[in-house]
Parts: sequence; structure tokens; C-alpha cells
Amino acid sequence: MIYTASPLAVGIFFAVVATVLGISFYFGRKTTSAKGYFAAGGTIHWSVNGIAFAGDYLSAASFLGICGMIAFSGFDGFLYSIGYLAGWVVALFVVAEPLKRLGKFTFADALDSKFNSKGIRLMAAISTLVVSIFYLIPQMVGAGALVTPLLGLPHWVGVTLVGGIVIFIVTTAGMKSTTYVQFLKGGLLIVFSIILVFMVVDRGVQDVPYEGYHDFITLEAELTEGSVTSVSDPAYTVAGEYTENGLHFVKLQRDGINNWWNLESGTGTLTEALTIVTLDDGSVLFNGAPREDQLFYSVGNMHRIMVDGEQVEEVHGLNVISFLAVIQESEVVRFVADVFTSGDEKVRIWYQKVTPGNEILSPGLKFHIDEGSSFADKMNFISLMLALFFGTAALPHVLIRYYTVPTPAAARKSTIVAIAAIGFFYILTLYMGLGAMISGVLDVESSNMSAPLLAQSFGTLMFAIISAIAFATVLGTVSGLIVASSGAVAHDFIDNFLGRKLTDHKKVVAGKLAAVGTGIIAILLGIAFKGMNVAFLVGLAFAIAASANLPSILMVLFWKKTTAKGIAASITTGIISALGIIMLSPSMYTRYGLEASAAPFPLDNPGIISIPLSFAVLIIVSLMTQEKGQPQGVN
Amino acid sequence: MDHGPAVEYHECEELLKYKQKAGLRLFFIYSGIYGVFVLLNTVFPSMMESVIFFGLNLAIVYGIGLILIAIILGLLYNHQCTKMEKRLDTSSSKSQGVSE
Repeated sequence: MIYTASPLAVGIFFAVVATVLGISFYFGRKTTSAKGYFAAGGTIHWSVNGIAFAGDYLSAASFLGICGMIAFSGFDGFLYSIGYLAGWVVALFVVAEPLKRLGKFTFADALDSKFNSKGIRLMAAISTLVVSIFYLIPQMVGAGALVTPLLGLPHWVGVTLVGGIVIFIVTTAGMKSTTYVQFLKGGLLIVFSIILVFMVVDRGVQDVPYEGYHDFITLEAELTEGSVTSVSDPAYTVAGEYTENGLHFVKLQRDGINNWWNLESGTGTLTEALTIVTLDDGSVLFNGAPREDQLFYSVGNMHRIMVDGEQVEEVHGLNVISFLAVIQESEVVRFVADVFTSGDEKVRIWYQKVTPGNEILSPGLKFHIDEGSSFADKMNFISLMLALFFGTAALPHVLIRYYTVPTPAAARKSTIVAIAAIGFFYILTLYMGLGAMISGVLDVESSNMSAPLLAQSFGTLMFAIISAIAFATVLGTVSGLIVASSGAVAHDFIDNFLGRKLTDHKKVVAGKLAAVGTGIIAILLGIAFKGMNVAFLVGLAFAIAASANLPSILMVLFWKKTTAKGIAASITTGIISALGIIMLSPSMYTRYGLEASAAPFPLDNPGIISIPLSFAVLIIVSLMTQEKGQPQGVN
Repeated sequence: MDHGPAVEYHECEELLKYKQKAGLRLFFIYSGIYGVFVLLNTVFPSMMESVIFFGLNLAIVYGIGLILIAIILGLLYNHQCTKMEKRLDTSSSKSQGVSE
């Protein structure tokens, strides 16, 4: 799609960025100590911290990624919302108060509180950096995706812009400004998402999403021995064909423009599709023409609308229950992606697939867990849900927020505020995603843009506000991650592992230098991973966190025989096994430009193997390294 | 090496044990409900399509229910802990003054 920047959108965007920078300057002048820089002096009120938790957590993955995944895959995208929220239960009931009691700046403080072990410090610092960087990638990808339609700038500019602003925020002020930026952005995100959802359900559902929506036509094909020889409209001629796995695509030519159509299975009907074709000479055609010709449309519409058993053309003024009930009963046109090569053309195609509402609102469109799915498919799903459940309580930027409040009780209360705010927001994602799915606004090239484009269907002002908030969302989360990384480097690695007894001031300087380094790495990776769904990428960060950190946190709290060597070995195992499985997964093989089926490991999500493995290593190594008089778990 | 907490406070052993026990009990309850949800999706995915009420299917009702149950259990846990903190009158609860 071609995006053009609107002056209003640009104005609101810069107002939000200016506000964020203003907060940073204000608090930057007041932050001088390490306690102030890394933990906001432990003075944040629990209610502010709770909403800041939400601001931290409702990242690009939650807002852009989940809404996009629901818009393209229905309920399967909502499973991410459910898993992300469920993880907070582990954080609240098991981790929040004990970690607050034991730590100071980083979660390594709590792990190492009874051991004074350099091994724990080193591994915890490495783990924090690895998880933070994996979490940073999707935020940067989300930033790049946003800036293109908002400011009319290329992806890499957006990534660099976010990276630059965040490095500035973190190096000028630290945790206090980060907290207030997240508080502001978390509050705005929830308020404007509520407004957007009410607009969506009130607008309801209609056959034609809006005036000017592309009229996708169908043609009848004449088949001879399974091949299309001609079509019902003589203006079109058959120029090619491609079949695979029950799919049959036909290249038709009209007025000198070639495009691929989908022959619907078991019928002679050809339906229009969207295609991006890369030719041997490197030129790229969008629906058979250069991008500037604007033949590549926004999509997503209803096929048949049913209300109480009767078919209607449109229905308005729905509520949060009847909106879902109408979709459940009706049929939706989804655009399903496929890739193939035909002659000198590399074709990315999105073909229409009429999908009943009950399939949209139940599992199976993304995760192959319905009847007929393989054992590996089911394990992949369980693995993801396991990682989401155990990942939240092990994310470094979530864990450091327990140190910004004064007491364990305040840590608990702020976690409950966070659960309420985040849970409420995640219910809203279902409506925003489904709203985008049927509003004719989807950009098949970027699922991440679904929520902002849904807002655009209500006018430029709404688009500008939602996009600016989404951008602030990225800023807030990235700030938190970079503070966590800088704490790991300055406090855990330099101060405690290397034993360089830094003064308070030097520790802050080291933290700021680490923030610059992490920020630059995040910018480079954000450019490299352009186009991947951000919720999927965050799912990988959760898997690494759950594998590397959670076994140690839980065992040090609840198993007296835990030893320092057991913890260090468990973190090492968790990082290596989770990263190794990800690198050998089908999704990464596709990223390398190889066939997904060639991947040596069939799972995309490593949690089901790496989490138990990390637990097992901790138990075995701890049992092997028991020493009389040695300090053990803090239970 | 200064590993201590950023702010000093004190909680008695009885309170710590009470909170840990209450937290673990609610954690296992929620884990069970979440585990059944994941298993139903994996083993009986077609069951999730059954319409339960108001035209909503089991997948949606259970999914939104999981989010709401997390909020309700969180409030219940806080109620239990706050009640115990007040009863034991710890310095932790005092230190937060009106905000508590």
C-alpha cells in the first residue's frame, strides 16, 4: 500500500514525542544517584507503578501485533492476549513480593541474595541482555511499521528515530522518567482503545465496508483436463497456471496487465487475489503494475451477514456481546497468504477465503490444532502457551519495576492494578482485531498496521491519535528494556561480577553507556527483522525468559537445596536451549531464505523443551554441588 | 556487596508464610483452569466452537473468562493479604499510610 502523511497526524505525533521528551528533561534534572537512575529511588506510588506496568507491558506486540494477528487469524491471535495476561498470575501470586523483599536494582540481586556468586551475576546479566534484545526487536519493527503511514518515511527511518529518542530518554533520566512516560502512555492507550472499540461495535457490520472499497469480481473458468483454457469475460486471456497442495492459481492478462487469480476448489470460479510479483530483473509488481499505480488494495470484508438466522446487508448499533454473536453466525472473507515460483516470477499471493464466523472465533486458523493436525503442531501450540504463562514473571523489564515501589505490599498492589488494566485492554484487542478484519482496512503486507488502519477508517484524527499513542507505546517499552539492560551491565556485570567498585556516579555513567550500546543493537536488528509479526517475535522473547530466568527464580524461592552453581547452570541451559531451538526452527529457516520443511527442529516455540530442561539442570547440578555450610535457597 | 532492598521495611514471619501459602493456593487454582483451557484447545478443538450463551462460543467465553478470573483472583489475594497485614499491624502496612 502507499501511505501519505497527513499534517494533523504529523502534528499529533510530534506533540506526543515532545511530551515524552519534556517528562525526561524534568525528571532528568532530579536523577543523580544509582538508586534514582535504576529504581526511581523506590518511591513510586503503587497505583502509578501499576499503570506504568501496563504501559511497559502493553508493547508494540500487544497493541500492533495481537490486533494484527486477530485481524488475520481470528481467535488464534486472541490466544496471545490470554497467555500474556495469564503470565501475570505467576508474577502476582509467586514472584512479586519475594523478589521485592530480596532485590535492589535487578532480579539478579534476588537470585544472588544468599550466595554472593559471580557465576549467577554473569549469567543473569547475559540472560537479561539476551531477553531484552529479543524483546527489543519487535518493538523496533513495530516502530518502523508505524512511521511509514504516519510520517511517510521508510521503515529504517522509523526504527532509527525510535532508537535515537529512547537512547536520549534513558541516558538523560533513567527509571523515573521511564515510569512516568509509561504511566502516561499506558493510560492513553487504554482510554483511546475503549473509544475505538465503542466506535467499532456501534458502526456494526456491513457487506461493503465503505464507499470506494474495491469490488472484487469473480469469473467463470472453462476447464479442460483440469487446466483453465478460457474465462467467461473475453477481455481476459489465460497467461499461466500454478497448482500445489490442492491450490490452483491462474495468471490472467487484461489490457497488458498480468495478475494471478485463485480457482476455488471444486468449482469453476476464479476470484481476484492480491499479488506481489518479483521478476528476474528485480522489478516488483503489485497486482501486475508498479506500486504507484495503486492497484494493491486494502482488504477485509464480510461475505454473508446473519442476524438471528436472517441474512441482512448491514447491522448497526451493536454492543460488545451482539457484535461477537453476529460475527459468530456470519461469514467473513479472509485473505490467506501463499508463496510460489512460476517461471521467472516469484509470487506472493493473498487469495480470498470465505471463512465461517464460528471458525474465526475458535482455534485453528493460525495454530494447526484442529482435527487432522500433527503431533508437532499440537506441541508447538502447548509450547507457546507454556512460554507465555511462565514468561511474564521472568521478563527483566517487568522484574525491575518491583524495585521502584517502597514495599512488598506496594509491589503486590501495583501488580493487581497492572492485571486489571492489562486484562481489560486485552479484551479490547479482540474487538479491535475483528473490527479491522471486516472493515476493509487491512494491509496484507503488514499485519502490524491493522489497529492504526482501523482507527483511520474513523477519520484522520483518530488515526493520528492512535498512531501517536502506538509510537509512544514503543518508546515506553523500549525505554524500560534499555534501563533493564543497562542495569544488568552496570550493576550485575561491571560492579558485581568484575568487582570494579564503581562510585554511585560512575555506575550511572556505565549504565548510560550500556543503554547507548543496547539501543544501537536494537536499531540494527529492528531493520533486519522488518515485516515479521511482532506478537510472534515477542513470543520468542517470552520463551527465552521463561527458560532462562523462571526456573531459577522459582527454585531459589521454594527449594532449599538450590545452589549457586545450580542457578548459573540453569540460566545457561535455558538461554542456549531456547536460542538453539529458535535458530533451528521452521520460522527462522524461512527467514534465512530456506524451506521451512528443511528445519531440523519442527517446533517454532522452544518452551516445552527448554523450560523443563532448565529446571532439570538446576535440580541435578544443585544436588551434585551440595556443600555443608554453603548458603542455599531462601525458602 | 550491597544487595539489600532499595527501601528498608520489615514483615513478620507469620505474615510472610500466610502470603506465600495464599499465593500458591491461588496460583494452582488458576494454573488448573488455564491448563484445562490449553488442553481443550489441543485435544478437543471442535468443542471450542460450541455456542454456550448469547450466541458466544466456548472459546470466546472461556478465553475472556480466563482474563476476568485472573483479575478476580488478584483482588481476592490482595483482600486476604491486606486483611492479614492489618491484623498483624506490620510496619509494611503502616509505611504506606493512606495509600494503602
